[in-house]
Amino acid sequence: MLKNRIIPCLDVKDGRVVKGINFVELKDAGDPVEQAKIYSDGGADEICFLDITASNENRETITDIVRKTAKECFVPLTVGGGVRTIQNITDLLLAGADKVSINTSAVKNVDFVKEASKKFGSQCIVVAIDAKKVSDNKWEVFTHGGRNKTGIDAVEFAKKVEENGAGEILLTSMDKDGTKSGYDVDLLKTITNNTNIPVIASGGVGTLDHLYDGIVKGGASAVLAASIFHYGEYKIKDAKEYLNSKNVSVRL
Amino acid sequence: MNVTIVDYQSGNISSVINSFTEVAKGKVNIEVTSDIKKIKSSDKIVLPGQGSFKSCVDSLNSINGLVNTLKEFAITNKKPLLGICVGLQMFADIGYEEAETRGLGWITGKVSKIDNQKGKFKLPHIGWNEIEIQKESKIFKDIKNKSHMYFVHSYEFIPEDKAVISAITDYSSKIVCAVEKDNLFGTQFHPEKSDKIGLKIIDNFLKL
Repeated sequence: MLKNRIIPCLDVKDGRVVKGINFVELKDAGDPVEQAKIYSDGGADEICFLDITASNENRETITDIVRKTAKECFVPLTVGGGVRTIQNITDLLLAGADKVSINTSAVKNVDFVKEASKKFGSQCIVVAIDAKKVSDNKWEVFTHGGRNKTGIDAVEFAKKVEENGAGEILLTSMDKDGTKSGYDVDLLKTITNNTNIPVIASGGVGTLDHLYDGIVKGGASAVLAASIFHYGEYKIKDAKEYLNSKNVSVRL
Repeated sequence: MNVTIVDYQSGNISSVINSFTEVAKGKVNIEVTSDIKKIKSSDKIVLPGQGSFKSCVDSLNSINGLVNTLKEFAITNKKPLLGICVGLQMFADIGYEEAETRGLGWITGKVSKIDNQKGKFKLPHIGWNEIEIQKESKIFKDIKNKSHMYFVHSYEFIPEDKAVISAITDYSSKIVCAVEKDNLFGTQFHPEKSDKIGLKIIDNFLKL
């Protein structure tokens, strides 16, 4: 049967990992290539890079990181952050990314998702949705790291990106992100029930139990986490063994 | 030995190039080309494929002489060829993604959308799934049954002759995920993205 995926995410700014860890085996905690390799060797099912570099001029930096990582990691590699044009996607894929994640540009113009999935195939187009709760069982799409309100209903938007060829949805709760209090399970459940493509849960993981909730209660196909792995609190292996012990199928 | 990865603009083949280069490590020469002459003179061919069945077939056909050269290589001269994902699917006579499209017709069968039981199973089938080995296959040397491989697809190859099936995987039904017929090899999963175990399959192919 299909296994639930554990995806560590590395936030990269100007070519360096933000909130880098200090694993003993790491020579340079800020080097994204080295960190990705450690995750991959540790059993990560995929690796995700999120480029949070503010400026547009530095695209070559992330492309270069992807190029180096892809030569050393032989698990799927997803790259997001600042993907605005077909050329941006081409560059990342040629560098060795397997999927790109599109956020703001998908909200601005859903035709971009359609164009990208038609050109490259749905299998490599992930749409990242940042959602914030506005009332009971109602979430709205936000952009620019949760700063800009769009007025777009998250559920409607999720359905729309599916129709337009997105292969997966990376769903982040802006209310939960950074809180370590667990995923927004209601949001996850609502989106997974209303779409037919895989949903990756993101935002809020603080314990291994949260991963369990995302999969079992929220219906996510994959769980993404950053800080619990960055700071070495847990290894990928710990997460997998824990989930396995609770009868959640993972690749061991 | 020369191994050619056929570059016919079928989407992203960087990962295929990276993994074959890693496994070959200078012992085997890896070419990435659609040059007919180079393909003819290679010892083995890798046929990747991403995107839809139709777009891949259209891309193959758009390169003058490519389909005939591949046929001569794999069918007439019986030299080893590995199809990956849509590269495998194209072995079929016909595919139904986007529009009814004729395939290469090397292994009798069709490519249809996975029956996801009215939405019970999400599509694409993305992620790690176990393979159930059905027969001994040269590319499965030292690969344990129930090994995990990385999948990403919504369509499945259904060959008429079940004897060609070398592995299946369970996703809503038993899906064909590897075939071997004489010198023809195909995997629906992506060995190039399947960690060390996937690289082992590539190694087995290179050592044939």
